[in-house]
Amino acid sequence: MTVDLSLLPDGGVGWLDASGRHSDIVLSTRIRFARNVEGYAFTGRARDGERLRVLSQVREAVATVPSLREAVMYRLDELPPTSRALLHERHLVSKELAGLDAQHPLRSGAAVFLADGLGVMVNEEDHLRLQALRSGFALQEAFAAIDKLDRDLGARLPYSYHSEFGFLTACPTNVGTGMRGSVLIHLPGLVLTKEIGKVLASLQQMGLTYRGLYGEGSEVVGNFFQISNQTTLGRSEEELLDQLLRVVGHVVEREVEARRVLLRDAGYIIEDKLWRAYGTLRYARSLTFDEAMNYLSGVRLAVGLKLISTLSVYTLNKLLIFSQAAHLAFAEGRALTESETNLARARYVRRALEEEAGSVG
Amino acid sequence: MMCDSCHERDAVVHLTTIENNAVHQLHLCERCAAERGVETTVATPKHPLADFLHQQVVATATDSSSCTFCNATMADFRATGRWGCARCYTNFEAGIRELLRRVHGNHRHVGRAYLPPMSESLEQASVLGELRDRLRRAIETEQFELAADLRDRIRVME
Repeated sequence: MTVDLSLLPDGGVGWLDASGRHSDIVLSTRIRFARNVEGYAFTGRARDGERLRVLSQVREAVATVPSLREAVMYRLDELPPTSRALLHERHLVSKELAGLDAQHPLRSGAAVFLADGLGVMVNEEDHLRLQALRSGFALQEAFAAIDKLDRDLGARLPYSYHSEFGFLTACPTNVGTGMRGSVLIHLPGLVLTKEIGKVLASLQQMGLTYRGLYGEGSEVVGNFFQISNQTTLGRSEEELLDQLLRVVGHVVEREVEARRVLLRDAGYIIEDKLWRAYGTLRYARSLTFDEAMNYLSGVRLAVGLKLISTLSVYTLNKLLIFSQAAHLAFAEGRALTESETNLARARYVRRALEEEAGSVG
Repeated sequence: MMCDSCHERDAVVHLTTIENNAVHQLHLCERCAAERGVETTVATPKHPLADFLHQQVVATATDSSSCTFCNATMADFRATGRWGCARCYTNFEAGIRELLRRVHGNHRHVGRAYLPPMSESLEQASVLGELRDRLRRAIETEQFELAADLRDRIRVME
Protein backbone atom coordinates (compact mmCIF):
# COMPACT_ATOMS: atom_id res chain seq x y z
CA MET A 1 0.00 0.00 0.00
CA THR A 2 1.31 3.45 -0.88
CA VAL A 3 0.15 6.82 0.24
CA ASP A 4 -2.40 8.53 -1.99
CA LEU A 5 -1.71 12.21 -1.53
CA SER A 6 -4.32 13.14 -4.11
CA LEU A 7 -6.86 12.52 -1.36
CA LEU A 8 -5.73 15.79 0.15
CA PRO A 9 -7.33 18.74 -1.63
CA ASP A 10 -4.08 20.72 -1.69
CA GLY A 11 -1.69 17.77 -1.41
CA GLY A 12 -1.24 18.91 2.18
CA VAL A 13 1.01 21.71 1.04
CA GLY A 14 -1.41 24.63 0.87
CA TRP A 15 0.93 26.37 3.28
CA LEU A 16 3.49 26.67 0.46
CA ASP A 17 1.36 28.98 -1.61
CA ALA A 18 3.18 32.12 -0.43
CA SER A 19 -0.09 33.91 0.22
CA GLY A 20 0.70 34.90 3.80
CA ARG A 21 2.31 38.04 5.16
CA HIS A 22 6.09 38.48 4.61
CA SER A 23 6.07 35.24 2.64
CA ASP A 24 9.39 36.01 0.93
CA ILE A 25 11.02 35.91 4.39
CA VAL A 26 8.65 33.77 6.45
CA LEU A 27 7.77 30.50 4.71
CA SER A 28 5.24 29.21 7.13
CA THR A 29 3.77 29.42 10.60
CA ARG A 30 2.94 26.36 12.62
CA ILE A 31 1.35 25.97 16.04
CA ARG A 32 1.08 22.65 17.74
CA PHE A 33 -0.67 21.54 20.93
CA ALA A 34 0.46 18.39 22.75
CA ARG A 35 -2.43 16.51 24.38
CA ASN A 36 -2.97 13.11 25.95
CA VAL A 37 -6.12 11.09 26.34
CA GLU A 38 -7.02 10.24 29.93
CA GLY A 39 -7.04 6.59 30.95
CA TYR A 40 -4.05 5.29 28.99
CA ALA A 41 -0.30 5.22 29.54
CA PHE A 42 1.53 7.73 27.34
CA THR A 43 2.42 6.45 23.88
CA GLY A 44 5.99 5.41 24.67
CA ARG A 45 4.87 3.23 27.56
CA ALA A 46 1.53 2.06 26.20
CA ARG A 47 1.06 -1.44 24.86
CA ASP A 48 0.06 -1.98 21.22
CA GLY A 49 -3.55 -2.60 22.23
CA GLU A 50 -3.75 0.63 24.22
CA ARG A 51 -2.39 2.65 21.32
CA LEU A 52 -4.94 1.11 18.99
CA ARG A 53 -7.71 1.93 21.47
CA VAL A 54 -6.47 5.52 21.63
CA LEU A 55 -6.61 5.65 17.84
CA SER A 56 -10.14 4.30 17.64
CA GLN A 57 -11.33 6.69 20.38
CA VAL A 58 -9.72 9.64 18.56
CA ARG A 59 -11.18 8.48 15.25
CA GLU A 60 -14.66 8.46 16.70
CA ALA A 61 -14.21 11.96 18.13
CA VAL A 62 -12.66 13.37 14.96
CA ALA A 63 -15.66 12.23 12.90
CA THR A 64 -17.87 14.80 14.65
CA VAL A 65 -15.42 17.73 14.76
CA PRO A 66 -16.56 20.29 12.15
CA SER A 67 -13.09 21.40 11.04
CA LEU A 68 -12.05 17.77 10.53
CA ARG A 69 -15.17 16.55 8.76
CA GLU A 70 -13.30 16.34 5.45
CA ALA A 71 -10.10 15.07 7.05
CA VAL A 72 -8.19 12.20 5.48
CA MET A 73 -6.62 9.63 7.77
CA TYR A 74 -3.35 7.91 7.00
CA ARG A 75 -2.29 4.93 9.08
CA LEU A 76 1.48 5.36 9.24
CA ASP A 77 1.78 1.86 10.66
CA GLU A 78 0.38 0.46 7.40
CA LEU A 79 2.49 2.51 5.00
CA PRO A 80 5.88 1.59 3.53
CA PRO A 81 8.90 3.72 4.51
CA THR A 82 8.91 5.66 1.23
CA SER A 83 5.34 6.88 1.76
CA ARG A 84 6.03 7.77 5.35
CA ALA A 85 9.10 9.74 4.24
CA LEU A 86 6.91 11.57 1.72
CA LEU A 87 4.53 12.74 4.46
CA HIS A 88 7.48 13.74 6.61
CA GLU A 89 9.09 15.75 3.80
CA ARG A 90 5.81 17.65 3.43
CA HIS A 91 6.04 18.57 7.12
CA LEU A 92 2.74 16.77 7.73
CA VAL A 93 4.09 14.24 10.21
CA SER A 94 7.10 14.25 12.50
CA LYS A 95 10.09 12.01 12.01
CA GLU A 96 9.14 10.15 15.18
CA LEU A 97 5.57 9.42 14.05
CA ALA A 98 6.83 8.33 10.62
CA GLY A 99 9.14 5.84 12.34
CA LEU A 100 12.11 7.28 10.46
CA ASP A 101 14.00 8.11 13.60
CA ALA A 102 16.43 5.37 14.65
CA GLN A 103 15.53 5.93 18.30
CA HIS A 104 11.80 5.58 17.70
CA PRO A 105 10.75 2.63 15.55
CA LEU A 106 7.34 2.77 13.89
CA ARG A 107 4.55 2.22 16.43
CA SER A 108 1.31 0.39 15.91
CA GLY A 109 -1.55 2.87 15.95
CA ALA A 110 0.59 5.69 14.51
CA ALA A 111 -1.74 7.75 12.34
CA VAL A 112 -2.45 11.26 11.13
CA PHE A 113 -5.66 13.09 10.25
CA LEU A 114 -5.17 15.85 7.71
CA ALA A 115 -7.56 18.56 6.70
CA ASP A 116 -7.09 21.99 5.17
CA GLY A 117 -4.18 23.49 7.13
CA LEU A 118 -4.91 21.28 10.13
CA GLY A 119 -3.44 18.02 11.31
CA VAL A 120 -3.83 15.62 14.20
CA MET A 121 -0.99 13.18 14.78
CA VAL A 122 -2.02 10.20 16.87
CA ASN A 123 0.40 8.17 18.98
CA GLU A 124 3.29 10.50 18.53
CA GLU A 125 5.31 11.09 21.71
CA ASP A 126 1.97 12.26 23.11
CA HIS A 127 -1.33 10.65 22.15
CA LEU A 128 -2.27 13.77 20.24
CA ARG A 129 -0.27 16.41 18.49
CA LEU A 130 -2.67 18.92 16.99
CA GLN A 131 -1.20 21.29 14.48
CA ALA A 132 -2.21 24.24 12.38
CA LEU A 133 -0.07 25.29 9.43
CA ARG A 134 -0.34 28.56 7.57
CA SER A 135 1.53 30.26 4.76
CA GLY A 136 3.76 33.21 5.73
CA PHE A 137 3.75 34.99 9.08
CA ALA A 138 0.30 34.15 10.44
CA LEU A 139 0.50 33.31 14.13
CA GLN A 140 -2.91 34.67 15.06
CA GLU A 141 -4.70 32.89 12.24
CA ALA A 142 -2.95 29.62 13.05
CA PHE A 143 -3.78 30.04 16.74
CA ALA A 144 -7.45 30.72 16.07
CA ALA A 145 -7.67 27.55 13.98
CA ILE A 146 -5.89 25.27 16.44
CA ASP A 147 -7.64 26.70 19.49
CA LYS A 148 -11.00 25.93 17.90
CA LEU A 149 -9.88 22.43 16.95
CA ASP A 150 -8.54 21.85 20.46
CA ARG A 151 -11.78 22.96 22.13
CA ASP A 152 -13.84 20.82 19.78
CA LEU A 153 -11.72 17.74 20.30
CA GLY A 154 -11.33 18.33 24.04
CA ALA A 155 -15.11 18.41 24.38
CA ARG A 156 -15.30 14.92 22.88
CA LEU A 157 -12.20 13.33 24.38
CA PRO A 158 -11.05 13.59 27.99
CA TYR A 159 -7.57 15.15 27.96
CA SER A 160 -5.08 14.51 30.75
CA TYR A 161 -5.07 17.73 32.72
CA HIS A 162 -3.78 18.76 36.14
CA SER A 163 -5.02 21.89 37.88
CA GLU A 164 -1.50 22.98 38.82
CA PHE A 165 0.61 21.67 35.92
CA GLY A 166 -1.89 22.13 33.09
CA PHE A 167 -2.05 19.76 30.12
CA LEU A 168 0.11 16.76 30.93
CA THR A 169 2.67 15.56 28.40
CA ALA A 170 5.20 12.77 28.17
CA CYS A 171 8.12 15.20 28.14
CA PRO A 172 8.22 17.76 30.95
CA THR A 173 9.35 20.43 28.49
CA ASN A 174 5.88 20.47 26.88
CA VAL A 175 3.68 20.46 29.97
CA GLY A 176 1.33 23.38 30.77
CA THR A 177 -0.13 24.84 27.62
CA GLY A 178 1.44 22.09 25.52
CA MET A 179 1.77 24.81 22.92
CA ARG A 180 4.70 25.29 20.59
CA GLY A 181 4.39 28.08 18.07
CA SER A 182 7.05 28.14 15.38
CA VAL A 183 7.86 30.27 12.43
CA LEU A 184 9.98 29.00 9.54
CA ILE A 185 12.04 31.97 8.50
CA HIS A 186 14.71 32.62 5.87
CA LEU A 187 17.51 34.85 7.16
CA PRO A 188 20.27 35.06 4.55
CA GLY A 189 20.71 38.82 5.09
CA LEU A 190 21.50 38.39 8.76
CA VAL A 191 23.82 35.47 7.98
CA LEU A 192 25.72 37.37 5.27
CA THR A 193 26.10 40.49 7.44
CA LYS A 194 27.18 38.22 10.32
CA GLU A 195 24.45 39.66 12.53
CA ILE A 196 22.81 36.29 12.97
CA GLY A 197 24.81 35.30 16.08
CA LYS A 198 23.54 38.32 17.99
CA VAL A 199 19.99 37.76 16.85
CA LEU A 200 20.00 34.09 17.86
CA ALA A 201 21.56 34.90 21.23
CA SER A 202 18.89 37.50 21.92
CA LEU A 203 16.17 34.97 21.05
CA GLN A 204 17.29 32.83 23.94
CA GLN A 205 17.13 35.74 26.33
CA MET A 206 13.55 36.29 25.23
CA GLY A 207 12.51 32.72 26.05
CA LEU A 208 12.60 31.61 22.43
CA THR A 209 14.73 29.05 20.68
CA TYR A 210 15.64 28.09 17.11
CA ARG A 211 16.05 24.88 15.17
CA GLY A 212 16.66 23.74 11.61
CA LEU A 213 14.19 23.12 8.81
CA TYR A 214 12.79 19.92 10.27
CA GLY A 215 12.43 20.99 13.87
CA GLU A 216 14.06 19.44 16.86
CA GLY A 217 17.48 17.97 16.29
CA SER A 218 17.73 19.13 12.68
CA GLU A 219 20.55 21.26 11.38
CA VAL A 220 20.26 24.68 9.90
CA VAL A 221 20.62 24.48 6.12
CA GLY A 222 19.99 27.09 3.46
CA ASN A 223 19.68 29.83 6.11
CA PHE A 224 16.29 28.54 7.18
CA PHE A 225 15.54 28.79 10.88
CA GLN A 226 12.55 27.67 12.89
CA ILE A 227 11.97 30.09 15.73
CA SER A 228 9.73 28.85 18.52
CA ASN A 229 8.82 29.38 22.16
CA GLN A 230 11.10 27.55 24.57
CA THR A 231 8.81 27.26 27.57
CA THR A 232 5.21 26.10 27.74
CA LEU A 233 4.40 26.58 31.42
CA GLY A 234 3.82 29.66 33.57
CA ARG A 235 2.54 31.82 30.73
CA SER A 236 -0.79 31.80 28.99
CA GLU A 237 -1.20 30.81 25.35
CA GLU A 238 -1.83 34.47 24.49
CA GLU A 239 1.32 35.64 26.27
CA LEU A 240 3.44 33.01 24.52
CA LEU A 241 1.91 33.94 21.19
CA ASP A 242 2.36 37.65 21.79
CA GLN A 243 6.02 37.21 22.68
CA LEU A 244 6.66 35.17 19.54
CA LEU A 245 4.76 37.67 17.43
CA ARG A 246 6.75 40.62 18.72
CA VAL A 247 10.17 38.97 18.55
CA VAL A 248 9.71 37.40 15.12
CA GLY A 249 8.33 40.71 13.86
CA HIS A 250 11.52 42.32 15.08
CA VAL A 251 13.68 39.62 13.44
CA VAL A 252 11.86 40.23 10.13
CA GLU A 253 12.65 43.96 10.44
CA ARG A 254 16.31 43.18 11.15
CA GLU A 255 16.44 40.90 8.12
CA VAL A 256 14.93 43.58 5.87
CA GLU A 257 17.45 46.08 7.17
CA ALA A 258 20.36 43.64 6.66
CA ARG A 259 19.27 43.09 3.07
CA ARG A 260 19.15 46.84 2.49
CA VAL A 261 22.68 47.23 3.91
CA LEU A 262 23.95 44.37 1.74
CA LEU A 263 22.61 45.95 -1.42
CA ARG A 264 23.92 49.37 -0.46
CA ASP A 265 27.42 48.34 0.62
CA ALA A 266 28.13 45.31 -1.51
CA GLY A 267 25.57 45.47 -4.26
CA TYR A 268 27.55 44.03 -7.14
CA ILE A 269 29.19 41.30 -5.00
CA ILE A 270 25.79 40.14 -3.77
CA GLU A 271 24.27 40.38 -7.22
CA ASP A 272 27.07 38.27 -8.68
CA LYS A 273 26.82 35.69 -5.89
CA LEU A 274 23.08 35.30 -6.29
CA TRP A 275 23.14 35.03 -10.06
CA ARG A 276 25.83 32.39 -9.74
CA ALA A 277 23.50 30.45 -7.42
CA TYR A 278 20.75 30.77 -10.02
CA GLY A 279 23.13 29.68 -12.79
CA THR A 280 24.16 26.60 -10.86
CA LEU A 281 20.57 25.54 -10.20
CA ARG A 282 19.64 26.23 -13.81
CA TYR A 283 22.45 24.19 -15.35
CA ALA A 284 23.88 21.76 -12.78
CA ARG A 285 23.56 18.05 -13.60
CA SER A 286 23.90 16.76 -10.05
CA LEU A 287 22.92 18.47 -6.81
CA THR A 288 23.16 17.24 -3.22
CA PHE A 289 20.38 18.24 -0.84
CA ASP A 290 22.59 20.72 1.02
CA GLU A 291 23.84 22.25 -2.23
CA ALA A 292 20.33 22.67 -3.54
CA MET A 293 19.20 24.23 -0.27
CA ASN A 294 22.06 26.69 -0.24
CA TYR A 295 21.62 27.77 -3.86
CA LEU A 296 17.86 27.98 -3.40
CA SER A 297 18.55 30.23 -0.43
CA GLY A 298 20.57 32.51 -2.72
CA VAL A 299 17.88 32.57 -5.40
CA ARG A 300 15.22 33.22 -2.80
CA LEU A 301 17.21 36.21 -1.59
CA ALA A 302 17.57 37.42 -5.18
CA VAL A 303 13.80 37.22 -5.61
CA GLY A 304 13.29 39.05 -2.30
CA LEU A 305 15.68 41.79 -3.44
CA LYS A 306 13.83 41.96 -6.78
CA LEU A 307 16.99 41.10 -8.68
CA ILE A 308 15.06 38.24 -10.27
CA SER A 309 11.53 39.30 -10.96
CA THR A 310 9.95 36.50 -12.95
CA LEU A 311 10.42 33.72 -10.43
CA SER A 312 7.69 33.30 -7.85
CA VAL A 313 8.14 32.57 -4.17
CA TYR A 314 5.60 29.78 -4.63
CA THR A 315 7.87 28.02 -7.14
CA LEU A 316 10.79 28.34 -4.74
CA ASN A 317 8.71 26.92 -1.90
CA LYS A 318 7.65 23.98 -4.05
CA LEU A 319 11.27 23.36 -5.02
CA LEU A 320 12.22 23.10 -1.35
CA ILE A 321 9.71 20.32 -0.80
CA PHE A 322 9.70 18.48 -4.12
CA SER A 323 13.48 18.29 -4.50
CA GLN A 324 13.80 16.10 -1.42
CA ALA A 325 14.83 12.46 -1.73
CA ALA A 326 11.47 10.76 -1.10
CA HIS A 327 9.64 13.14 -3.43
CA LEU A 328 12.17 12.53 -6.21
CA ALA A 329 11.86 8.76 -5.77
CA PHE A 330 8.07 9.11 -5.80
CA ALA A 331 8.19 11.14 -9.03
CA GLU A 332 10.54 8.63 -10.66
CA GLY A 333 8.38 5.78 -9.45
CA ARG A 334 11.23 3.77 -7.97
CA ALA A 335 13.86 3.76 -5.24
CA LEU A 336 16.93 5.83 -6.11
CA THR A 337 20.54 5.50 -5.02
CA GLU A 338 22.19 8.60 -3.59
CA SER A 339 23.86 9.54 -6.88
CA GLU A 340 20.64 8.91 -8.80
CA THR A 341 18.85 11.15 -6.31
CA ASN A 342 21.36 13.93 -6.93
CA LEU A 343 20.90 13.59 -10.70
CA ALA A 344 17.11 13.53 -10.38
CA ARG A 345 17.22 16.58 -8.11
CA ALA A 346 19.29 18.61 -10.58
CA ARG A 347 16.95 17.56 -13.39
CA TYR A 348 13.83 18.50 -11.41
CA VAL A 349 15.19 21.91 -10.37
CA ARG A 350 16.42 22.64 -13.90
CA ARG A 351 13.03 21.92 -15.43
CA ALA A 352 11.13 23.92 -12.85
CA LEU A 353 13.37 26.94 -13.43
CA GLU A 354 13.20 26.54 -17.20
CA GLU A 355 9.43 26.60 -17.06
CA GLU A 356 9.46 29.90 -15.21
CA ALA A 357 12.52 31.34 -16.95
CA GLY A 358 10.75 33.63 -19.43
CA SER A 359 12.68 36.85 -19.41
CA VAL A 360 14.94 36.04 -16.46
CA GLY A 361 18.35 37.68 -16.81
CA MET B 1 53.74 11.34 25.25
CA MET B 2 54.35 8.21 27.31
CA CYS B 3 52.69 7.40 30.59
CA ASP B 4 54.77 8.62 33.56
CA SER B 5 53.84 5.51 35.50
CA CYS B 6 54.18 2.46 33.21
CA HIS B 7 56.21 4.12 30.44
CA GLU B 8 54.50 1.75 28.02
CA ARG B 9 51.27 3.28 26.86
CA ASP B 10 50.36 6.74 25.58
CA ALA B 11 49.39 9.22 28.26
CA VAL B 12 45.82 10.35 27.84
CA VAL B 13 45.18 11.81 31.28
CA HIS B 14 47.03 14.97 32.26
CA LEU B 15 46.68 15.48 35.96
CA THR B 16 47.64 18.73 37.58
CA THR B 17 47.91 18.71 41.37
CA ILE B 18 48.91 21.41 43.79
CA GLU B 19 50.76 20.28 46.88
CA ASN B 20 52.42 22.67 49.29
CA ASN B 21 52.03 25.47 46.79
CA ALA B 22 53.96 23.52 44.15
CA VAL B 23 52.31 22.50 40.92
CA HIS B 24 52.86 18.88 39.85
CA GLN B 25 51.94 17.55 36.47
CA LEU B 26 51.42 13.87 35.90
CA HIS B 27 50.75 12.29 32.53
CA LEU B 28 49.08 8.90 32.73
CA CYS B 29 47.64 6.27 30.46
CA GLU B 30 44.02 5.32 31.04
CA ARG B 31 44.83 2.13 32.95
CA CYS B 32 47.37 3.70 35.32
CA ALA B 33 45.03 6.63 35.89
CA ALA B 34 42.26 4.24 36.81
CA GLU B 35 44.58 2.39 39.21
CA ARG B 36 45.23 5.67 40.98
CA GLY B 37 41.54 6.31 41.25
CA VAL B 38 41.41 9.09 38.66
CA GLU B 39 38.09 9.10 36.87
CA THR B 40 38.77 9.12 33.15
CA THR B 41 35.41 8.56 31.65
CA VAL B 42 32.55 10.81 32.45
CA ALA B 43 29.32 8.88 32.50
CA THR B 44 27.12 10.46 29.87
CA PRO B 45 23.42 10.16 30.49
CA LYS B 46 21.31 8.74 27.71
CA HIS B 47 19.13 11.76 27.98
CA PRO B 48 20.50 15.05 29.31
CA LEU B 49 17.14 16.17 30.63
CA ALA B 50 16.68 12.92 32.48
CA ASP B 51 20.04 13.31 34.14
CA PHE B 52 19.13 16.81 35.12
CA LEU B 53 15.83 15.59 36.44
CA HIS B 54 17.53 12.83 38.35
CA GLN B 55 19.48 15.43 40.30
CA GLN B 56 16.25 17.19 41.14
CA VAL B 57 14.02 14.29 41.90
CA VAL B 58 16.39 11.82 43.43
CA ALA B 59 16.10 13.60 46.76
CA THR B 60 12.41 12.97 46.99
CA ALA B 61 11.79 9.75 45.11
CA THR B 62 13.82 6.63 45.23
CA ASP B 63 14.29 4.29 42.30
CA SER B 64 12.12 1.69 43.94
CA SER B 65 8.97 3.80 44.03
CA SER B 66 6.88 3.29 40.93
CA CYS B 67 3.81 4.90 39.42
CA THR B 68 0.58 3.33 40.62
CA PHE B 69 -0.94 3.45 37.17
CA CYS B 70 1.81 2.56 34.68
CA ASN B 71 4.46 1.13 37.01
CA ALA B 72 7.11 3.46 35.57
CA THR B 73 10.01 4.17 37.89
CA MET B 74 12.53 6.96 38.11
CA ALA B 75 14.98 4.63 36.37
CA ASP B 76 12.59 4.46 33.40
CA PHE B 77 12.42 8.21 33.35
CA ARG B 78 16.18 8.51 33.42
CA ALA B 79 16.50 6.14 30.48
CA THR B 80 13.93 7.88 28.28
CA GLY B 81 13.40 11.42 29.58
CA ARG B 82 9.67 10.76 29.32
CA TRP B 83 6.98 10.11 31.93
CA GLY B 84 4.98 6.91 31.58
CA CYS B 85 1.50 8.35 32.07
CA ALA B 86 -0.48 11.29 33.40
CA ARG B 87 -0.52 9.83 36.91
CA CYS B 88 3.29 9.94 37.11
CA TYR B 89 2.82 13.69 37.59
CA THR B 90 0.94 13.03 40.82
CA ASN B 91 3.11 10.16 41.97
CA PHE B 92 6.37 12.04 41.58
CA GLU B 93 4.76 15.40 42.27
CA ALA B 94 7.23 17.01 44.66
CA GLY B 95 10.24 16.36 42.45
CA ILE B 96 8.36 17.36 39.34
CA ARG B 97 7.44 20.71 40.82
CA GLU B 98 11.11 21.55 41.34
CA LEU B 99 12.02 20.22 37.89
CA LEU B 100 9.37 22.33 36.18
CA ARG B 101 10.58 25.40 38.02
CA ARG B 102 14.05 24.79 36.59
CA VAL B 103 12.87 23.99 33.06
CA HIS B 104 10.16 26.63 32.67
CA GLY B 105 11.00 29.09 35.44
CA ASN B 106 7.59 28.27 36.87
CA HIS B 107 5.51 25.30 37.92
CA ARG B 108 2.05 26.75 37.72
CA HIS B 109 -0.10 26.58 34.62
CA VAL B 110 -1.73 29.92 33.91
CA GLY B 111 -3.02 29.13 30.46
CA ARG B 112 -6.41 27.86 29.47
CA ALA B 113 -8.21 25.83 32.12
CA TYR B 114 -9.84 22.62 31.03
CA LEU B 115 -12.77 20.57 32.18
CA PRO B 116 -13.02 17.12 30.66
CA PRO B 117 -16.31 16.18 29.06
CA MET B 118 -18.53 14.01 31.23
CA SER B 119 -20.82 11.81 29.27
CA GLU B 120 -22.21 8.43 30.13
CA SER B 121 -19.88 6.65 27.78
CA LEU B 122 -16.88 8.54 29.06
CA GLU B 123 -17.80 7.84 32.65
CA GLN B 124 -18.13 4.22 31.73
CA ALA B 125 -14.74 4.34 30.00
CA SER B 126 -13.10 5.79 33.07
CA VAL B 127 -14.77 3.25 35.37
CA LEU B 128 -13.67 0.49 33.02
CA GLY B 129 -10.12 1.85 33.01
CA GLU B 130 -10.13 1.90 36.79
CA LEU B 131 -11.49 -1.66 36.96
CA ARG B 132 -8.89 -2.92 34.50
CA ASP B 133 -6.24 -1.21 36.52
CA ARG B 134 -7.47 -2.89 39.71
CA LEU B 135 -7.66 -6.22 37.90
CA ARG B 136 -4.05 -5.94 36.81
CA ARG B 137 -2.95 -5.18 40.35
CA ALA B 138 -5.07 -8.00 41.75
CA ILE B 139 -3.37 -10.45 39.38
CA GLU B 140 0.05 -9.08 40.19
CA THR B 141 -0.59 -9.52 43.91
CA GLU B 142 -2.16 -12.95 43.32
CA GLN B 143 -5.58 -12.01 44.76
CA PHE B 144 -7.34 -14.35 42.38
CA GLU B 145 -10.79 -14.22 43.93
CA LEU B 146 -10.84 -10.46 43.66
CA ALA B 147 -9.48 -10.73 40.12
CA ALA B 148 -12.28 -13.09 39.09
CA ASP B 149 -14.85 -10.74 40.57
CA LEU B 150 -13.33 -7.74 38.77
CA ARG B 151 -13.20 -9.66 35.50
CA ASP B 152 -16.91 -10.43 35.78
CA ARG B 153 -17.74 -6.79 36.42
CA ILE B 154 -15.65 -5.73 33.41
CA ARG B 155 -17.43 -8.31 31.21
CA VAL B 156 -20.81 -6.98 32.22
CA MET B 157 -19.81 -3.41 31.37
CA GLU B 158 -18.23 -4.35 28.03
